Amino acid sequence: MPVDADLVGREFPATAPYTVSAEKIREFVTASGATYDVTRAGGAAPATFPIVLAFDAMFAFLDAEEIDLFRIVHGDQKFAYVRPIVPGDVLSATLTVASLRQIGGADIIGTKSEIRDAAGDLVCSTSATLVHRGADA
Amino acid sequence: MSVTASLAVGDVLPTQTYTVRRSDLIRYAGASGDFNPIHWSDRVATSVGLPGVIAHGMFTMALAARAVDTWTEGAEVVDFGCKFTSPVVVPDDDEGTDVEVRGTVKDVTDGLVTIALEVTCHNVKVLGMPKAVVRV
Repeated sequence: MPVDADLVGREFPATAPYTVSAEKIREFVTASGATYDVTRAGGAAPATFPIVLAFDAMFAFLDAEEIDLFRIVHGDQKFAYVRPIVPGDVLSATLTVASLRQIGGADIIGTKSEIRDAAGDLVCSTSATLVHRGADA
Repeated sequence: MSVTASLAVGDVLPTQTYTVRRSDLIRYAGASGDFNPIHWSDRVATSVGLPGVIAHGMFTMALAARAVDTWTEGAEVVDFGCKFTSPVVVPDDDEGTDVEVRGTVKDVTDGLVTIALEVTCHNVKVLGMPKAVVRV
């Protein structure tokens, strides 16, 4: 079943506040086989860490729209960082559906997420294209 | 002088090779929160038309970021993006598969260094136009 075209422009509720810890950053860094270098300024997180927040927002969106996660593949991902993420940050992501088109039975869903800190200041803007292959695709 | 301050347009950075095994995907699933079964179940992956379990696109992107970190000694990244053009199929064996990350310095302007990446698996580009901008 195609995704509802009315979704375009819709903003989903902000995710629950997420407190960034050095342990969580270390877990993320070591999962890519690297060593967590605490000498990086302020123990900052690596470039793709904000995906943890963006995923939170994306899963909430997929749940709300009853879209099966296993039918999703990632089309593209971009990050623009205002500042590095450091331990102690309390972050929340807000996802907006930016575009939607159908190609060959697949829904191409363009999303944008803004990740903000406890003060409401923008930390990172992300965009992701999600490719949803429907059951009859 | 920092490593990034010495980077010049045209510099070709040392190729980084990373081996990816099923266990790495399980670990990444836990660390990232992405438990999509196409990254750990052949049954589900093949049911949606994939050749088998594939790496998370974000895992491959994390490897690209790891290479950038190595080249720049952990410089602040201000912009990072790519398309996911071809899946990294990860076999259910002990050898896994290799992902190679290459980088070339494309621009150095106003304290920002742009690195164009090439990320391949079995000589096939798996990321489209991967690019990182770091602060010197």
